[in-house]
Amino acid sequence: MNLAVWVTIAASAVGAATPLILAALGELVTERAGVLNLGVEGMMLIGAMSGFAVGVSSGSLWLGYLAAAASGMLIALLFGVLTLSLQTNQVATGLALTLFGVGLSAFAGRSFVGLPIRPLLPLRIPVLSELPWIGPLLFHHDPLVYLSLLLCALIAWVLKRTRVGLRLRAVGESPEMAHVLGEPVIRIRYLAVLFGGAMSGIAGAYLSTALTPMWTEGMSAGRGWIALALVVFGTWKPWRVLAGAYLFGTVTVLQLYAQGLGVHVPSEFLSMLPYAATIMVLVAICRDPKTILLNQPASLGRSFHPGY
Amino acid sequence: MPPRGSLVPVFDQLHWPLRLERRQKPSAAMRICSSPLAALAMLATGLLVFAALGKDPVAAFRVFFVEPLNSTYGVGELLLKATPLMLCALGLAVSYRANVWNIGAEGQLTLGAITGGGVGLFFGPALGHWGQPAVLSAGVLGGMAWAAIPALLRSRFRTSEIFVSLMLVYIAQLLLSYLVHGPWRDPAGQNFPQSQPLSDSVLLPSLLQGTRVNVGFIIALVLALLSWWFGTTTAAGFRMRVGGLAPAAAAYAGISERRNIWLAMMISGGAAGLAGVCEVAGPIGMLQPVVSPGYGFAAIIVAFVGRLHPLGVVLASLLMSALYLGGESAQMELQLPASVSGLFQGGLLFYLLAAELFIGFRLRRAHRLPSAAPAGGGGA
Amino acid sequence: MTTVSTPASARLALHGISKRYASVIANDRIDLKVAAGEIHALLGENGAGKSTLMKIVYGVTQPDEGSIEWEGAPVAIRSPAQARRLGIGMVFQHFSIFETLTVAENIALALNERLPAATLAARIDEVSQRYGLPIDPQRLTHGMSVGERQRVEIVRCLLQSPRLLIMDEPTSVLTPQAVQVLFETLRRLAREGVSILYISHKLDEIRELCDVATILRNGRVSGSAIPREQSNTSLGRMMVGADLKECKLEPRPPGPIRLELTNLSLDTEDPFGTSLRQINLRVRGGQIVGIAGVSGNGQKELLAAISGERLCTQRAAVRLCGQDAARLNPAQRRTLGLRFVPEERLGRGAVPGMHLADNCVLTGASAGLVRHGMVRRRAARAFARATIAEFAVKCDGELAPADSLSGGNLQKFIVGREIRLAPTVMLVAQPTWGVDVGASLLIRQALIELRNAGAAVLVISEDLDELFAICDCLAVLARGRLSDAMPTAGLAAETVGVWMTGEFQGAGAAAGVAGAGV
Repeated sequence: MNLAVWVTIAASAVGAATPLILAALGELVTERAGVLNLGVEGMMLIGAMSGFAVGVSSGSLWLGYLAAAASGMLIALLFGVLTLSLQTNQVATGLALTLFGVGLSAFAGRSFVGLPIRPLLPLRIPVLSELPWIGPLLFHHDPLVYLSLLLCALIAWVLKRTRVGLRLRAVGESPEMAHVLGEPVIRIRYLAVLFGGAMSGIAGAYLSTALTPMWTEGMSAGRGWIALALVVFGTWKPWRVLAGAYLFGTVTVLQLYAQGLGVHVPSEFLSMLPYAATIMVLVAICRDPKTILLNQPASLGRSFHPGY
Repeated sequence: MPPRGSLVPVFDQLHWPLRLERRQKPSAAMRICSSPLAALAMLATGLLVFAALGKDPVAAFRVFFVEPLNSTYGVGELLLKATPLMLCALGLAVSYRANVWNIGAEGQLTLGAITGGGVGLFFGPALGHWGQPAVLSAGVLGGMAWAAIPALLRSRFRTSEIFVSLMLVYIAQLLLSYLVHGPWRDPAGQNFPQSQPLSDSVLLPSLLQGTRVNVGFIIALVLALLSWWFGTTTAAGFRMRVGGLAPAAAAYAGISERRNIWLAMMISGGAAGLAGVCEVAGPIGMLQPVVSPGYGFAAIIVAFVGRLHPLGVVLASLLMSALYLGGESAQMELQLPASVSGLFQGGLLFYLLAAELFIGFRLRRAHRLPSAAPAGGGGA
Repeated sequence: MTTVSTPASARLALHGISKRYASVIANDRIDLKVAAGEIHALLGENGAGKSTLMKIVYGVTQPDEGSIEWEGAPVAIRSPAQARRLGIGMVFQHFSIFETLTVAENIALALNERLPAATLAARIDEVSQRYGLPIDPQRLTHGMSVGERQRVEIVRCLLQSPRLLIMDEPTSVLTPQAVQVLFETLRRLAREGVSILYISHKLDEIRELCDVATILRNGRVSGSAIPREQSNTSLGRMMVGADLKECKLEPRPPGPIRLELTNLSLDTEDPFGTSLRQINLRVRGGQIVGIAGVSGNGQKELLAAISGERLCTQRAAVRLCGQDAARLNPAQRRTLGLRFVPEERLGRGAVPGMHLADNCVLTGASAGLVRHGMVRRRAARAFARATIAEFAVKCDGELAPADSLSGGNLQKFIVGREIRLAPTVMLVAQPTWGVDVGASLLIRQALIELRNAGAAVLVISEDLDELFAICDCLAVLARGRLSDAMPTAGLAAETVGVWMTGEFQGAGAAAGVAGAGV
């Protein structure tokens, strides 16, 4: 039995990891531009709610995802106006964004609680999906799983190899120097924040339309925060963030299967696992201060105004 | 280093007619007015939301803000709900001033409820007159213990206290859920996930006949005074303020970052633990899976709206408590969802952050740039 | 190529440029003409408005009034990219080199056109060979010396074949030898027809290099001159508006050893920092010892090790007044008589959001400003008032926020505060960096008086002229190693320049330093 169970676990870990990947990649881009947006949880909830609402109302999940991305961007824009144009404290504003997102999504989504939705289905790839073991593991996932992988590769490439990535990194390292060289620092940061918002929105919609196809208040249950932690864990590098997300996906899924695997521990303790794991992983990565110092965008969390 | 008085374009590169200009000196008037302004803006938005939902804004306003406070009982409820908010926010304000971002007050509150409630459940009757102080102290210690984890990890391993304290919220809630579903469940409780009721000897005495407000409120007020004194006159308070405003200056002056972190975490954690035990030994009277409707998170807003000042926190917690009551009232009478108060809370914080900007900046019409054509710049 | 050309052939002409910020007028109706192939000095002391003017020319900032003519045609320079298209290049004072990027990436960022990596590398090689400015495009810039970084910046400008090159205080961090190399490059460029706007406050250099000088004072043009025909005194008078005064250092017998570093080694915590290796140093009472060298050679680490912000693991590596202080924190070292003026004024030496009285509490425990765990506000205000009066700090009284003071006044306040706390050992980093001439003189004089009163003073500075003016002895910190301290009298600036490249028999283990130039 064992191999079959493990394949199932691994396959569902991929699903559990996908929203984390999407949200964390978005935040990674935002942070590489030097902006710390702690509002991922709030943006995910807004995305989950609006994606679900539009998906149910229109009958088209793709419209739902579009709406989720748009609403994520809209609320990220609010964050951008406050922190980039009005120069408020990024930490406080990010917290405000999360609290606001929790309230707004609960309020606006109240009539959608408990409604059913046709979830996002896995792709059926002829032949490949039917392969034993490998099929369910690699070729039987929904489109967003593959999209998240694609995006990871794309972001890694853009950051490392393209001029756009170069400019983004420059702004994140020293907005002052980028400014005197003529980079539109604030505009670049806006775009990065908006990208982060769109990705968090999509990640949220994945929760409410694919992972657990329904809408409930506060359904992200801290995943936004875990995504934020993953960016640190991945030392601001896309592929490491991806690996971290799969690790977390596995932990999350393992605790669901633990009972079935003969682990007799109260379910509450198993549910604590992802949160405890987040803490432990952060401690492990932060122990050597140089790891953080070398990789963290140097201007992260610092306001910049071009008004010399 | 940008000189003071530099111009900040509201949007980079776009030539907007308005620009933010840094004030020579922070405006004292705006410092006091920013929170009331934010509250007013929130109120106006609220009325718009009511109107958009097809409710008569004036009537909705009455239901939301006036009716809940029409009676002695209502006022008592206001103070009762303000108590945990005030306690948590007072601690958080101290912590945020020191640049220590404890956002896990909700978890510390939950742990305070567990330890305080536990002591009350198992030792309450035996403690006699010492019941209440023992239960309250246990709550404070529980909150502190929970806050000690992020304090330790931040000061030893530089792990962000933001993440750790937040993750511990979920863990504390799961722990409480386990206890009331499992070992601490009342055998006579018809399988409801709740503990036995606490004995009367440990319950906090009520302040006012006919209301539920208890001595916790007085304790919170005393703590507000104490934190004001701590912040303005003690060297420890000064050191925490320096640590918050300029960490490099703190290092230069030999102020221990470690000590600041621990102090901030112990104060905020202890206060949140106290808030938790005051709920359990007060209006709830037992342990149940949920002991707080998010007071620990709302307190973050309270701390900011109170501008991290004890007096401000006292006022802001009353405002926030009124929002909770209004939400309940609106739910009953207008069939509006209770979550509308969550929306208002979050919105309030946004308005506040925006309003705070005007303490240091003012809006000015932008200086016209010399037009693309050259010939002289036209005298101003 | 010399003297003022006819207006028609001016490469750049500024007419009535004004720029005001809320509280200050940085530029007030400035006129300036630069001819083709001319090396034109823009002379002025700190705060005279030179940098603002250059940012306007490079398109970083827009003027409030006035117009710019480029090669006879009126232009509005709205961005650095546009400036580069016109043919204007700029080498910044605090180089605009990103530590985490490679040389090629750094250069690509400031190029308007997009080049494939291979083409770019080839062009970098071509330019660097033509001008004798060797750089490796694939290298990461962190770990490069300041001279190398400046080379990267210059090559970056030359790649776009500029017709005007702006150099903002290019020699402030170079060794005397590197300055000569730079001058050769600049002269060669001028011969090829490139105009050079050379911003500086160093009179000797301007007299040596520049064809014409425009002098700025308080945001206005206060005169222009042919520098070769002027003396330092006359140029200085135009720059400051009064005769330059110099401080006097009378010989004085040194007292007992107050600060002693013995085989101090310390690994840096900063991935881009420099670790200290085997540092030995003694500073006696009644003595000012200067440490020269370019920032980034361990200065930050040395300051932290002496101030106590970083503790040493070796016993007795740091001794204060005879006591082992290696494991004492900054507050404990203060009780032994150490006072410290850090390089970073706002944010380290003073807390921006606090008023001056509270900023006295920051380090003033020994003056009774903190007692029994309580802050004594009245005493703090009195202390701040006295400091303001004694050191002529211009501010709105002791309750003015620290960030409302100008750089020079804040520095006077911080130096004053530390001196009034009666130091036995005074540690000062970059005492007059970015400070106007008047305040510089006051600060230097105050340090000398402190030394005359018997205190041991250690000054770490990038400004060699300053060190020669106020120090009894001089040592050089290069690549984390410290040279022996030599008496300033009879020491040649060129010798110090050689030491700054790391070529000295250190007071610690001698290390053969491979060439890798400055």
